[in-house]
Formats: sequence, C-alpha cells, structure tokens
Amino acid sequence: MSWTRLAWAVVAVLGVPLALCAYVYAVESGLQSLAPRRRGQWRPWLWLAPGVALLAVFLVFPVLHTLVLSLLSADSTRFVGLANYAHIFTTRSMLVVLRNNLLWLALFPAATVSLGLTIAILTDRVRYQWLVKASVFVPMAISLVAAGVIWKFMYQYQPPDAPQTGTVNALLSALIPGFRPRAWLFDTSLNNVALVLVLVWMWVGLAMVILYAALQGIDEGLIEAARIEGASEAQILLRVILPLMMPTVIVVGTTLVITVLKVFDVVYVMTNGSLGTDVIANRMYKEMFNYNDFGRASAFATLLLVAIMPVMLINIRRFGRKGDAR
Amino acid sequence: MSPGGLARGRTLASRLASRGVLHAVLVGISLLWLLPTVGLLVSSLRPARVVGTSGWWTALAPPFAFTLENYRHVLSQANMGRSFLNSLLIAIPSTVMPILVAAFAAYAFSWMRFRGRDVLFLFIVGLLVVPLQVTLIPVLRLFVATGVAGTMPAVWIAHSAYGLPFAIYLLRSFMDELPGEMMECARLDGASHAQIFFRLVLPTSVPAVASLAIFQFMWVWNDLLVALIYLAGSPPVQPMTVTISSMVNSYGGGWEYLTAAAFISMLLPLGIFFGLQRYFVRGILAGAVKG
Repeated sequence: MSWTRLAWAVVAVLGVPLALCAYVYAVESGLQSLAPRRRGQWRPWLWLAPGVALLAVFLVFPVLHTLVLSLLSADSTRFVGLANYAHIFTTRSMLVVLRNNLLWLALFPAATVSLGLTIAILTDRVRYQWLVKASVFVPMAISLVAAGVIWKFMYQYQPPDAPQTGTVNALLSALIPGFRPRAWLFDTSLNNVALVLVLVWMWVGLAMVILYAALQGIDEGLIEAARIEGASEAQILLRVILPLMMPTVIVVGTTLVITVLKVFDVVYVMTNGSLGTDVIANRMYKEMFNYNDFGRASAFATLLLVAIMPVMLINIRRFGRKGDAR
Repeated sequence: MSPGGLARGRTLASRLASRGVLHAVLVGISLLWLLPTVGLLVSSLRPARVVGTSGWWTALAPPFAFTLENYRHVLSQANMGRSFLNSLLIAIPSTVMPILVAAFAAYAFSWMRFRGRDVLFLFIVGLLVVPLQVTLIPVLRLFVATGVAGTMPAVWIAHSAYGLPFAIYLLRSFMDELPGEMMECARLDGASHAQIFFRLVLPTSVPAVASLAIFQFMWVWNDLLVALIYLAGSPPVQPMTVTISSMVNSYGGGWEYLTAAAFISMLLPLGIFFGLQRYFVRGILAGAVKG
C-alpha cells in the first residue's frame, strides 16, 4: 500500500468525522455572540445545514436538472420537447425494455411475497426454524454482483450429450427423465424469468423475516377462538391469519416494488440486456456511456421517478399522519 | 379395536405424514437456498483444468483435489487485493459521514422548534424513495466539472447524500423517543447543545446508530451502480463489485477465477451476518424501505 493511499485512508476515517464535529462546536461558539432570541432562530438551521446542503446539491437539484435534460437533445444543447419520450414509447427495442420492467413488476413482488409468506408460516412449526431462516436470509448479505456470478454459474449450459456443469441443468436432468438441458440465459422464452428468479432468491429472506415477525405478533387467542368454533386449519389461515397480516404484506410489497423498478446489477452482470432482457436502469446506463445520449438517458430516469411517485406520496401521507399523532 | 381408536390411529398416521411433508419441504428449501453459494465456494477451490469440464459436485467425492491457486491468482493478478482495500476505503467514510450529518439533522428535528420543521421533514421522507438513477447525470457532470470524478471523495459524498434521507428518518424516530426530562436536566446543569448532543444524545442512540451503520455499510459495500458511474475509468480506486463485473465481461468462461473473486467479495458481509446476526437483521429490516 503506497503512502498516498494510506494518507487517504487516514483522512477518510479520522479527518471527516473530526471536521464534522468541529463544525458543530464552531456553530455553538459562533451562536454565543448572537442575542439569545436570534440564537434560537439560527441554531436549528445551522445544525441542519450540512444535511440540507448535501440533499440539495446531490438529490434535489439533480432530480430537477434531469427533468430538464429529458426535454433536451442528446448533447443537451437543443430543446426537443417530448421527442425523447416519444422515441421510447414508439421504438420496438425500447418497448421491449418497458415490457421487461412490467414483467419484473408482475413476477417479482408476487413471487417473493408468497414464497416468503409460505416459508414464514411453515418454519413456525418446526424446531430448526433458525436454520431455515438463516439459509434463506444469507443471500441478502451478498452483493447483486456476486449473486450474478453465482447464478451465471448455476445456469451454465452444455450441449445435451456433454456432462452438464451448470447446477440447474444437471439437477433437472437428474430429476426429470428425458429433460433436455436449456440455455437459460440465451433462450429468449426463458431468460427474463431466469433473471427474475435470481432477485427472488436474494429477497425472499427479507420478506420472510418481516412476515415472520408479523406472524409472531398475531394474538394466539384469536386463533384458539377460531379453532374452538370449529374452523379448519386452512380456514384459520385464510380467514384469520392472512387478513391480519395484510398491512405487513403491503409494506413488504411496496419495498419490493421499489426494488424491482430500479433493477440494474443483476441484468448488467448476467446478460447486460442482450437477447431481449434489457431493463430501464440498464438501458439508461447504455444511453449514458455507450451512446452519449443524455436526453434519452434522462427520459428513462424520469420514467423511473414517475413510476415510483405513487409510493412516495403514500409514504408522505403515512408518515404525515404519524407526525400528527405525536 | 373400537371405531374411535381406528379414527384416532388414522389421524395420527396422517399427521405423521403431513409432518414428514413439512420437514421435507423445509429441508428442501434450505438446501435449495444454500446450494448456489456452496457451489460457488466449492468451485473456487477446484483446479482450473477441471472447473470447465465437470460439475462442482463431482469434487465432493474422492479423490479430493482442492487448491487455493485461484485465490492466489485473483489476489495478485486480477487486482482483487487492491479492490478489497478500495471497497473498505469507500465503505467506511461513506458510512460514518452520513450518520454524523444525519444525527445533527435528526437532533434538530427532534429537539429544536423552528418554522417549517414538519414540512421539511415530510419533504425528506419523500426523498426516501427517489431512485438514485434520476441524479446520476447531473451529479456526474458536477463531479467532472469540479475534477473529483474518478476519485474516492466523489463516491463518499454521493453515498453520504443518497443515504441521508433514510438516516435522518431513522435517527429522528429514535431520538423522538428519548426522555425529555433527561434533556431538561442537562440544560439546567448548563450543558450546551453540542455537549448534550455528543455526551447524551449520541451515546443513548447507539442501538439505532448500530443498525443504521450496518445497513449503510452493507449497502455501500455491495453497491455497483454508484461506483461504476462516478469511478468510471479509474481502475486503481474501483471497489470489488466493479472489478468483478468487468471480470465477468472479459474472462468469459474463467469460472475458477470468477468464483474465487466473488467469494472474496462475500467474506466480509457473510462475516457480519454470522457474527452480528441480530444487528445485521435489524439493520437490513430497518433499511428495507430505502430508495
């Protein structure tokens, strides 16, 4: 490790926090010179200043700027109106991108929530539940890049007469007589679903842990009462447990919707959007770095923002109400 | 045997059968979920010449032939050693900075009165889910114009800003619950806001800070997009995620190296997972809503 890198490390680990703490002390001693009434007015804003500045420069202003860029030409010199959006909504290859995001949206949250819920309910009934929970949760710890490598490896394909080196093809060949190995990432009828499954593998753990916590929170007395009334286990599940878990299911579902709209890493690492697997975030990256078309890239980004807008409004309303109660 | 006994025997049998199915399903799910990671680990330990021709599971039967050669190769030849260090140098400041800045803001939101407080807070809640893709182009241009593009401070600042709305939200909801009498006492004793914050508020917020730190650290450690964009064209400072993803493109079938590289990148997160499981789960759960 060279000296400059070591210097960077020291600056990073010690210097930045020290500077931030020094800022607060400087603010407080500076405030002493003001009249007490003024002090109270200025203090909150000075404490908020570093955060507000970061948010303004790196979040708020860029979002507004992107909205403007989406109305400009590729090199941002000419106003083109809605031409970038028109291009996205009328070109075949772009419509494939939008279709894929809709496919992810249709498959991923539903699959993840239902698997997570199933595992949460089943694992509640056995003594080794910690083992099941840990195994399912582990993928949450690793990066989507590592997951992409793992699953590219799992999905490997060899011609039918060669020994299969990919786990998925080998396993299916062993289990199903006469199974013909598939090229999961190349077969255009399968590759999108194969990619969705990778993200499902990663996120079921999160859904399961949250839903399990909600399951534990259900009043045992309600279930007992239903059982005494003569309800079957299936009825208890459908009529008592599921309705009570609905709010949690919705929270988990919202999180998964946000995640899936922005899906990038898995696609970038595994197929880079080839063979009809492109998604908005990956296409935006290509428009930026491969084609230098900042107008279209910004239009794609804006579409993501518009898609997430309802979730944003729901959040604000939810937290706003919480604020009132306080 | 009485009819009742017969019926009871049948329900016992069916209950045993359904218990059997339950165990089979759960054990099956656990194995299925672990299998991909185990396959990666086993593969990374196999000699290069056999990885491309036989499945990793064949290595589990004798004769055993495992090697650390792939790890030696990626650490020395493929810059994984350097990238590992870069990931650390990126993740630590990107965790400390937003938490401190957010703690200042959260303290102001919780314990100071000012006009526009609730509106500003709701605005920050709205920022919680903004896809960071929407900010990439303007921020990249800003970094290029100021000359920080391709350097570590660029990713530190970007990650700090992206992590901030959630950090403020989480710390505020924690600080709101701190007892008001505690603050009053300190103030009556003549403590300043800085003293109250550093000696009282921050130490008592450790549980929230710990979950937040784990979440933010993992998020930055596992991030590809931010590093890919702001560190484009600067391999000496790129983290492991970027190095591995460019290996995927250039190596094609070099599975023995790719699997080793991927496993190196998983070591620290898996360590955190097994070592600090409770905090880890709490951190990930708390952060699930972030944009």
